Amino acid sequence: MAAAFDIATTILVFGLAYAMLLFIISVGLSITMGLMGFVNLAHGAFAMVGGYITVKLVAPMGVPYLLALVIAFFLVAALGVVMDRLLYRHVYGRPELDQVLFTIGIVFASVAGVSFVWGPDPQNILLPEILLGDIDLGFKNIPIYRAFMIVAGGVIVAALFFGLERTKIGAQVRAAVDNRRMAESCGIPTGRLFTIIFALGSGMAALGGGLGIQILGGLKPVFAFEYLVIFLIVVAVGGLGNIRGTFVAALLLGIIDFAGKYFLPEGGGFFIYGVTFIVLLWRPHGLFGKA
Amino acid sequence: MTGSPPRTNNGAAAALLRAHRFRAIELIPWILAIAVYFLFPGYRLLATQILVLILFAISLDLIVGYAGIVSLGHAAFFGTGAYTAALLADAGWQEPISALALGAVTAGLLGWVSGWIILRTRELTLLMLTMALGIILYELAKDLDDITGGFDGINFENSAILGLFPFDVLYYTTNYWYAFAFLVLGFLVARTVVYAPFGRSLVGIRENVRRMHAIGTPVQQRMRHVYVIAAMIAGVAGAIWVQVQGNITIGVYEFEMSGNILIMLILGGTGRLYGAFVGVTVFTILENLTETVLGTDPPYWELVVGVALIVTVLFAPRGLLGVFDPLIRRFRERTP
Repeated sequence: MAAAFDIATTILVFGLAYAMLLFIISVGLSITMGLMGFVNLAHGAFAMVGGYITVKLVAPMGVPYLLALVIAFFLVAALGVVMDRLLYRHVYGRPELDQVLFTIGIVFASVAGVSFVWGPDPQNILLPEILLGDIDLGFKNIPIYRAFMIVAGGVIVAALFFGLERTKIGAQVRAAVDNRRMAESCGIPTGRLFTIIFALGSGMAALGGGLGIQILGGLKPVFAFEYLVIFLIVVAVGGLGNIRGTFVAALLLGIIDFAGKYFLPEGGGFFIYGVTFIVLLWRPHGLFGKA
Repeated sequence: MTGSPPRTNNGAAAALLRAHRFRAIELIPWILAIAVYFLFPGYRLLATQILVLILFAISLDLIVGYAGIVSLGHAAFFGTGAYTAALLADAGWQEPISALALGAVTAGLLGWVSGWIILRTRELTLLMLTMALGIILYELAKDLDDITGGFDGINFENSAILGLFPFDVLYYTTNYWYAFAFLVLGFLVARTVVYAPFGRSLVGIRENVRRMHAIGTPVQQRMRHVYVIAAMIAGVAGAIWVQVQGNITIGVYEFEMSGNILIMLILGGTGRLYGAFVGVTVFTILENLTETVLGTDPPYWELVVGVALIVTVLFAPRGLLGVFDPLIRRFRERTP
């Protein structure tokens, strides 16, 4: 009994930490896809670049970890604006296939670019002392890093919900996702809104990349490819442009993936895809998507 | 009532017939393929792979380019055909053509069952479902490595084709013509399909699905049918892919396979069959060239392909073959 409880809490803690990470990275993708109907396969590349910036700020330059995360957030958000203005805007409104090809091209180029600049070897992060070790919850010790991840994720989720549900810009985003033309007719500048959301989403992805280096098992140039599929299925399962849906999907898939790999280290990889398959058949527009 | 068939008076039907007629220019890829065999004997392995991938890309073009079903999991059928042929040979059924035919059947069955389930969905959901299916099969093949051989793979032997031409994994003589013959066959099947009324109705579905519903086309059924045809051709491609190498690994199910073939197809141009020829050849040769000349360590190839894709979408949105469209149009206008 005690053993079963121990296993359950382990899965819950580790799965939850992973789920938070999935949410932080995927939510920006979900909103940009919902808002513009734009298939952005290169979203993981922003997370990767954010991760590299964090690693390089912490290790050779001695910037504190949390500050490095903030810097990564703003740098990648700025990069997002530049990409949006320079490259992406040429393919908004183009057929899906073009968007897929275009953003896959960006993934390839970013993989190459990252290995040119930072080399092909896996990178790991030197976490500050304060995040190392375990925290005693009375009944169980859990790693501080995972606890930190869960708390940080919780804070970000709360901030996002507040921003979307209670602020004017949030209301505009919701309106634009719901019906872009109608929102435009009401005078909402959807173009500018999109740039802001794109920057925010890119920054969030970078934050996720920096936060999650340990959970994702180090940072390699192929990161943008390896995790592309996972972020996409979180978005699809949650429903495009739906933050609550993305959150639930991240929880579901994060915990199931960890549980699958925990119980079946050899063949647990396919659970998450099986669940995706079933959910999408049952609700083709995602758990909380509109039909 | 006169004896002449009614379609001679029908402009639309005449146009369809004209489109289906072979033109001299269509001989070019085949002449090139024959020439390559004699001119570059050292590159026959690569050339064989290109032939097989062209067949694979043609099968994808049927669903992507004609029916508008974008799939990121087409390797599911390629891999199923490949494993059917390989496991049969491994179990003692060494006759290659029947094994290949059975590979087409199993891939077609998978296409029929999965198409029945997933073709109700559209756009992103459909993309995700095809992808999930492909990855599930890959993970299953990885788990069942007692049967599939896992990453190490299985070596197997086939008997001689028609009892006359043994496979040659050293010089790729028979192997090349084997792949060539099935590419011709597969291409003819695909070409007939797309110019038949069936294929035209697919284009209609791609362009305006509501109107096709309105004029009474059984949309769902048409899409399922083309999905099965595409799956069978992909299965044949997969079977040849492993038969000419005498070896199979779970790489045939890899996501990369699905992704790359889609990239090659779009690069060449979708919905025109010949896009597959151009896209696969350019992509594969470019990949080989970059990796032999510049090496793989800093991944120059990724950089090349990445930039190539971005440039293609920005400046040649209809694929490499699409670049010639305006020229051809002008040429046609001048010579009525």
